[in-house]
Amino acid sequence: MQPASPLVLAAATSDIRVLVIVTLIYVLIIGYLGFYGYKTTHTSTDYLLAGRNIHPWVMALSYGATFISTAAIIGFGGVAAQLGMGLLWLTCLNIFVGIFIAFVLLGKRTRRMGHNLDAHTFPELLGRRFDSRFIHVFAACVVFLLMPLYAAAVLRGGAEFLRATFQIDLVVATFAFALIVATYVVAGGLRGVMFTDALQGSIMFVGMLVLLGITYSKVGGVVEGHRALTELASQVPEGLAGAGMRGWTAMPSFGSPIWYSMVTTIILGVGIGVLAQPQLAVRFMTVRSGRELNRAVLVGGVFILVMTAVPYLVGSVSNVYFMKTQGTLALTGAGGNIDQVIPLYINSAMPSWFVVLFMLTLLSAAMSTISSQFHAMGTAIGRDIYEQGLRRGRVTGAASILVTRVGIIVAFAITLALALWLPAGIIAAATAVFFGTCAAAFLPMFVGGLFCRGVTRAGAQAGMVAGFLAALLWLAFAHANSARRLMICKTLFDRDSLVPFPWSSIDPLVIALPISILTTVAVSLATRRLDDGHLDRCLAGVGKRPTGT
Amino acid sequence: MLGIPDPAIWMALVLCLASTVLCVIYGALNWNRDDDSVCESPDRERAWEKEEERLEEEL
Repeated sequence: MQPASPLVLAAATSDIRVLVIVTLIYVLIIGYLGFYGYKTTHTSTDYLLAGRNIHPWVMALSYGATFISTAAIIGFGGVAAQLGMGLLWLTCLNIFVGIFIAFVLLGKRTRRMGHNLDAHTFPELLGRRFDSRFIHVFAACVVFLLMPLYAAAVLRGGAEFLRATFQIDLVVATFAFALIVATYVVAGGLRGVMFTDALQGSIMFVGMLVLLGITYSKVGGVVEGHRALTELASQVPEGLAGAGMRGWTAMPSFGSPIWYSMVTTIILGVGIGVLAQPQLAVRFMTVRSGRELNRAVLVGGVFILVMTAVPYLVGSVSNVYFMKTQGTLALTGAGGNIDQVIPLYINSAMPSWFVVLFMLTLLSAAMSTISSQFHAMGTAIGRDIYEQGLRRGRVTGAASILVTRVGIIVAFAITLALALWLPAGIIAAATAVFFGTCAAAFLPMFVGGLFCRGVTRAGAQAGMVAGFLAALLWLAFAHANSARRLMICKTLFDRDSLVPFPWSSIDPLVIALPISILTTVAVSLATRRLDDGHLDRCLAGVGKRPTGT
Repeated sequence: MLGIPDPAIWMALVLCLASTVLCVIYGALNWNRDDDSVCESPDRERAWEKEEERLEEEL
């Protein structure tokens, strides 16, 4: 989801001098943290994995801040204003699957196996687990080819924010934003990225908590606000009511177009897709032991609750505020533009000092996400494709860090070009493409590789390719919302989708993931297992609790 | 519950809070468990890694 022009309205009424000063101080602190990362980076493990000794709080905040982009706050907040509190199911999955399952079940095993195999990136972990250069390079190519589109979406959002705040040209804003982020990523590596993420995550956390508190005070409290929102059910626009919406405090009608869209695309697509995101999974390998992950679960759970539930609650409840003050629904007040609902609400309902805090919150959300994307793309190009794929590991020491730095600069250039030149529709669809293909291609072999000795090299390869292709084809020719934006189906067949409803509303993950799982299992059953010596090395200590702690 | 009549919504809200409580309790109960760090100290590991890289470059 891509915010078209966040905070245009809010910025216009804020004191520009205060914004400039606060933003400059913020950038200086970010710069210092990036420099600190640079000074404490000596080896390739420092650069790629933050030395494998990052503090659990920093790890948890970095994981959460990377996960939550501007679009998650502005975009999904706007969706909640339109469709209501059903999105809270996504928060449930984000916490239970995205934090608890991810950290406790996958994270500890990922960390241990990464150490056993001396893996420094997510593609390298998968490649070494299945002893397959094909998997390693293919996974890196997926990251290298598709993540720039996703990063371009985040970059465009951040640049729009800068353009609106400082009243500057969009090209200048895009270049400046990307350059600031790329500088501290290139210099500080993952250590610099995670330190800045932690600060940015803290700002985001405070900003969202304050937003929640002020919002409920504006509508007369939690219960009163929800009651008033429930009473607005009769105001649901005709088009939405016809598509299954029953109000802002009720789930859409079962089986309706809105229900399919909310449950498969938003709740399942994003809620489960997060498990196989390379830029998130690599963070499990940055901590020293399973103990740090236990501690990070506590911080991560609270952080994600606040970061996801608050926009959905505030977005929904903003309808009560707008109805009370302007006699209109939030989306109508925002001129029908979902991405303008939250900015309009902030501008209308919040004190001016909060506008500054909220802008820092959005800037932090965008920067923390894109810095991790730059790092993941850079390591995919430099470490995985060039160093391990083309040079077959014949690059070591300082040269290895240099290669990754060059990779990040290449990623920066590609992302910048895409953000400036690609049509907004394709950029918006790119996020779905990246989430869908990553989950379908990587999740079965990632989970299988951590838990099961029986997944074979051929099974992992076949499942990865099948899931990748299934997700891409579904996105281009079946999932109407994405296919419409990608325009391939329209060009070839003069239709938005080749399949009828409800299939055209179902997220690619729901189709491609089962295909990938079935392919992985079927091929693994028919092919030879990896040798026991290799499996023993991969799984040594994996899933076992240390004694005496 | 909480002014929300649809159980499917308030249940989501309750499960959000329950999931968070689960994370907090798990983190608190296991605060000092699972210290399976392979090396004794990061400094020692770094020294080892530098030595490895030096040897590789010499080779």
